[in-house]
Amino acid sequence: MTWFMQRGLDSETKKQLEEEEKKIISEEHWYLDLPELKEKESFIIEEQSFLLCEDLLYGRMSFRGFNPEVEKLMIQMNSKNKAEEVEDETVELDVSDEEMARRYETLVGTIGKKFVKKRDRANYEEDENGDVQPVKTKKMFLKPQD
Amino acid sequence: MTEAAAVAAESLAGSKARAARTVLGQVVLPGEELLLPEQEDVVRRCGDRLLVTKCGRLRHKEPSGGSSGSGGGGVYWVDSQQKRYVPVKGDHVIGIVTAKSGDIFKVDVGGSEPASLSYLAFEGATKRNRPNVQVGDLIYGQFVVANKDMEPEMVCIDSCGRANGMGVIGQDGLLFKVTLGLIRKLLAPNCEILQELGKLYPLEIVFGMNGRIWVKAKTIQQTLILANVLEACEHMTADQRKQIFSRLAES
Repeated sequence: MTWFMQRGLDSETKKQLEEEEKKIISEEHWYLDLPELKEKESFIIEEQSFLLCEDLLYGRMSFRGFNPEVEKLMIQMNSKNKAEEVEDETVELDVSDEEMARRYETLVGTIGKKFVKKRDRANYEEDENGDVQPVKTKKMFLKPQD
Repeated sequence: MTEAAAVAAESLAGSKARAARTVLGQVVLPGEELLLPEQEDVVRRCGDRLLVTKCGRLRHKEPSGGSSGSGGGGVYWVDSQQKRYVPVKGDHVIGIVTAKSGDIFKVDVGGSEPASLSYLAFEGATKRNRPNVQVGDLIYGQFVVANKDMEPEMVCIDSCGRANGMGVIGQDGLLFKVTLGLIRKLLAPNCEILQELGKLYPLEIVFGMNGRIWVKAKTIQQTLILANVLEACEHMTADQRKQIFSRLAES
């Protein structure tokens, strides 16, 4: 907030004062009194690293199975360098299809447990063969016989 | 080598810029000026001169792929020999943890000052889950900041956040120092020395671009043999090397 922003001053006087302030500020700015230098095109780029120059292999290596993880890494990193796309392009599955199918089988039952009321939960525990089957018979109100 | 030196001396006497293509594979000395192919065909004053600053052989690599028709992208470099490492961004190096101060480790990489390594720069590290790094551990990591104005910084993860083999190097094993040129020779694709080494016995090696090699084999004697062979590789000819390997393979 500078002094010209006070209330009561006309907008015109304000503008004039603003312009004056700007002039003062820009005159105080320093600038180089040199002729414009043309930017030279240079085709030369300087690089410090040797990675661009020579195709170096990955630094960690293991031979004859001493460290299997490193051997896996060797294959991975060196194939990345050569940019050879794997021809099979089979994505390695962490979990096999069969296991997934088995999991999903039991999953239905376990999620179903969530929506079952407390009284029906006892029925689940009876069926423990590894398969959890949802309760089908629902307990109805039995009319007392006379 | 003496022939190459004589040729270099002759050309220096003339002291004019030579075309880089004619000098490929020959020894160049600091102070020589080289001309790139573009400057030969088209007479142009770029104002940039190419001066050699290290002595060694001039090498060239064509740009691979060749997508750009103008042929831009070829690399020239001087293949020189030195033992002192200067940190370079992107280089994978072996460092020794020298100090642990607050949130960062100070790692000695053989340069002019120790590099800093933040404890969060490991795979799976969080503020609560700190990596198990002690003073004196060996670390395999890469530089993210490395210039002459700032302290070098290194990390043990790549840009995706995966370790990719970086991090603390395991127990046992032996760390020794060689020249930088030997590391580059050993890491070149189709290196015979490594192939022959791999046939001897099960072993694990880590190469740091700062001239440090870490080896580990099943027994101490095998580890020491490896270290001696790698250190001597520099000064042996191919025949001597084959002799030594065949002798080792027998025993």
